[in-house]
Amino acid sequence: MNMKSILMGATFALGLAGASFAQDKTKVGFVYVGPVGDGGWTYEHNEGRLAVEEHFGDAVETVFQENVPEGADAERVLTQMALSGADLIFTTSFGYMDPTLNVAAKFPDVKFEHATGFKRSDNVSTYSARFYEGRAVQGHIAGSMTKTNKIGYIASFPIPEVIRGINSAYIHAKKANPDVEMNVVWVFTWFDPAKEADAATALIQQGADVILQHTDSTAPQAAAETAGNVITFGQASDMSEYGPLPRVSSIIDNWSPYYIARTQAVIDGSWTSVDTWDGIGAGMVGIGEISSAVPADVKAEAEALRDALASGEYHAFTGPLNKQDGSAWLAEGEVADDGALAGLGFYVEGLSGDIPN
Amino acid sequence: MDLSAIDPLILIASLMVAATPILLAAIGELVVERAGVLNLGVEGMMIIGAICGFAIAVNTGSPFLGFIAAAAGGAALSLIFGVLTQYLLSNQVATGLALTLFGLGLSSLLGQSYVGIKPPATPSLNIPLLSDLPVIGPVFFQHDLMVYVSIGLIAATWAVLKYSRTGLILRAVGENHDAAHALGYKVVRIRMVAIAFGGACAGLGGAYLSLVRVPQWTEGMTAGAGWIALAIVVFASWRPWRVMLGAYLFGGVTILQLNLQAAGAVIPVEYLSMSPYLITILVLVIISRSAQGAPAALGRIFHASH
Amino acid sequence: MLRLEKRPSPSRMWTALTPVLAVLLTMIAGGMLFAALGKDPFEAIRIIFWDPLFHETFGPYSRPQLLVKAAPLILIAIGLSLGFRAGVWNIGAEGQYIIGAICGAGAGLAFYPSDSIFIYPLMVVAGALGGFAWAMIPAILRTKFNTNEILVSLLLVYVAEQLVASMALGLLRNPDGMGFPGSRNFRDFPAAYNPELIANTGMHWGVVAAFIAVIFAYVLLSRHLLGFQIRVTGQSPKAARFSGVNPNYLILFCMGVSGALAGLAGLFEVTGPAGQISIDFNVGYGFVAIIVAFLGRLHPVGILLAGLLLALTFIGGELAQLMLGLPAAAIQAFQGMLLFFLLAVDVLSNYRIRLAKSEAA
Repeated sequence: MNMKSILMGATFALGLAGASFAQDKTKVGFVYVGPVGDGGWTYEHNEGRLAVEEHFGDAVETVFQENVPEGADAERVLTQMALSGADLIFTTSFGYMDPTLNVAAKFPDVKFEHATGFKRSDNVSTYSARFYEGRAVQGHIAGSMTKTNKIGYIASFPIPEVIRGINSAYIHAKKANPDVEMNVVWVFTWFDPAKEADAATALIQQGADVILQHTDSTAPQAAAETAGNVITFGQASDMSEYGPLPRVSSIIDNWSPYYIARTQAVIDGSWTSVDTWDGIGAGMVGIGEISSAVPADVKAEAEALRDALASGEYHAFTGPLNKQDGSAWLAEGEVADDGALAGLGFYVEGLSGDIPN
Repeated sequence: MDLSAIDPLILIASLMVAATPILLAAIGELVVERAGVLNLGVEGMMIIGAICGFAIAVNTGSPFLGFIAAAAGGAALSLIFGVLTQYLLSNQVATGLALTLFGLGLSSLLGQSYVGIKPPATPSLNIPLLSDLPVIGPVFFQHDLMVYVSIGLIAATWAVLKYSRTGLILRAVGENHDAAHALGYKVVRIRMVAIAFGGACAGLGGAYLSLVRVPQWTEGMTAGAGWIALAIVVFASWRPWRVMLGAYLFGGVTILQLNLQAAGAVIPVEYLSMSPYLITILVLVIISRSAQGAPAALGRIFHASH
Repeated sequence: MLRLEKRPSPSRMWTALTPVLAVLLTMIAGGMLFAALGKDPFEAIRIIFWDPLFHETFGPYSRPQLLVKAAPLILIAIGLSLGFRAGVWNIGAEGQYIIGAICGAGAGLAFYPSDSIFIYPLMVVAGALGGFAWAMIPAILRTKFNTNEILVSLLLVYVAEQLVASMALGLLRNPDGMGFPGSRNFRDFPAAYNPELIANTGMHWGVVAAFIAVIFAYVLLSRHLLGFQIRVTGQSPKAARFSGVNPNYLILFCMGVSGALAGLAGLFEVTGPAGQISIDFNVGYGFVAIIVAFLGRLHPVGILLAGLLLALTFIGGELAQLMLGLPAAAIQAFQGMLLFFLLAVDVLSNYRIRLAKSEAA
């Protein structure tokens, strides 16, 4: 295979003498930041990997490495994966951005796909999901169903991804219910189930009867179930074991269609570097079943919102919208452009509290 | 900011639940350290307890059997540490750390098929009469059994250490193993029992996380609780009731900072997140002038050469 | 019945043989673990211990990486070993490592994009001072208020973790990073970058520092009065006091040196292999280094070898995941076993095993 001989050339150029593994199968690698058993972010990426295996059968071999710290270890793991003859490598955490580009520069014939980043090159694509579209649907249900007019939000770290979600949920909750308030608790961790449970309990005790979460464990669901009369939404995976109450719907990460399409592109030789940011329409963001606990009219509105977001006829960030300090952001009918959304670092008007930095 | 939204009574009720895993693990480690052994493998034993308890509870449908299994699992793992440090005289600090590494790995292997499952519910214990008391009832008497077990263990450990012959021997072994040996006590055997007790308690603490606090199984779910338990034992200067004070203080500050955030306090979040650790250090500095020291033989290798 | 009899001095033969024996025992036990997971045990063991060094494709890349992975472990462990010998328990090297990285990186980024040759030395000093200062908190609390240094140094790790996250999101955030967390990458800031000094050797300033630290510690312990005082204090604090050792001074010295070395390790890591300050910058070197220190029997040369051995299992473990699809957890359990065996067989170098008819007591 021509590609292999070029790859060998590359390794020689690096002073890394030795032959790559001869093989006919297309080899697809995945690098995960957490364990595949985290039940959330990494779990769903691994489901995507399994879908690739199932779809292509013997034509494709997949390898993966879990629990890879960002930084020096990621760079080594990626290099080893490229040396082992991978044709396509998905790096599934923002912190892999620089390591991915460094390794990609050394292996020009291996294709790389970096999730949630913004740096690309000839053999590095980026991909991410418009989770904020799902947050809009959640916000609508939350605003419509809250009786205390208080929504609690468990946030991980103040990064654009999380801030987008808070804003999107708030905007749509406010539309459904002008009296709504949103309290954000920053737990400063991606993963600490006990702390997530504590945060949910604290919010509930202060009157919130809807809990949204941007952390992956089901601990907040369980806390809500114990408290009673509180609704929640599944995050990353469906968490349907907590339905129909407290979990009334969910955002599901669905990477399978993208992973299958990109693998196919490598097999066909049609792979090019692209920047993909897909939402509900392309199936990358799934809205889990809206449970029977949601009133029929709210459910119908939520589904209409979902469909409008999917078809592109409505954008979750449509003006008029002001920033938190009251200054104008988007004029009537204006839609936020992707560049501004990608680096979003402020709250919209009406949200209280500061974004920590 | 609406601080009136924070109800101190509800805060106490939730801190009792939040502190229970640390409390259970810490009281076990206290007994181990009073016997003169430093086991830094608490995190590893906790997470083994978490998966053993979870797996058995899911398979049998009984949280009670789950807790039994968790204690057994934690104790079994601790015996690896016991054999290495007591019979093969290995270094305790390094062996404890290795135990944590091994426990984290093994628990993930055991737990592969338990991700995304909901465990059977552990019922709250509504103590008749007491739980109906106004104010105090909901705060103190409507928790699940393990909250009371943890407090009972503190009381029992205190009483045994202070008043019983067993406690006296245990302390003698921890203060001066050579003298205890000369008096004819089986130093190694006593320490093995203490280590197993510590493992069982850590296992219970882990299972409390996976069966009650969270409740689910995910890899690495203890997220450092074992280390906090170790710190609490030192904080308590090896006294049982102070373990409870330390665990409730740490749990309380953690809960309080989240409540302050939820109430919209204007304190920067970073400082709030650091507060449980800083306040624990601060309180220790204040009380440590009067504190009693560590058991004299802590961490020292015992070898009966005569 | 078997009983142990203490040797008058550790057996040289067994000191050399026990690590080999431990590795062999681990291969057997680990092989059984891998077989139970449905993988070929012989292949798995070969990949972990042999391939990082001698595989024709991976070896040339992995061999230098051993140094890169081992350097921070060795550097931190050397510092810790001095304290551990003297009975000073710094469990919080992870925190000192983080603060060293923050201070060093901050000192450099303050001058971005200067190309002055003084930047890097300044950063090295800032990194060492940062780690030193962070270690001084438990040290001073211990000497002034008798506060237990285990607890303070350990809890300060969590404080440092919060700080690094807050730095990556705030003060040190890359202004050109589109609002994403993380500092500038030092690769793009040559005056502050810690490069590979000789191509394809893995040698960077951190590796050089680790070797210097090994030599420094060796000389200190074997030739210098302070080294003698450290050893005496560890064996008998009372005797040490009679011979004129100032225990408070020794605590400050041991904590300070271990903090400064951990800070240096953080600085070299952030400016070189890691490249930037990120939310989860630290990966546990400070804790693994404790194991390295004891596996090396607190001896500088032993620490060097222990650091390299652990680095080998990290890299070999990664290859085993990649080539065989072993879960990361299996590698973790395997490393745990290796440590158990290394610690267990150590008994042979310090004790003789004797057959006794029956124990009297």
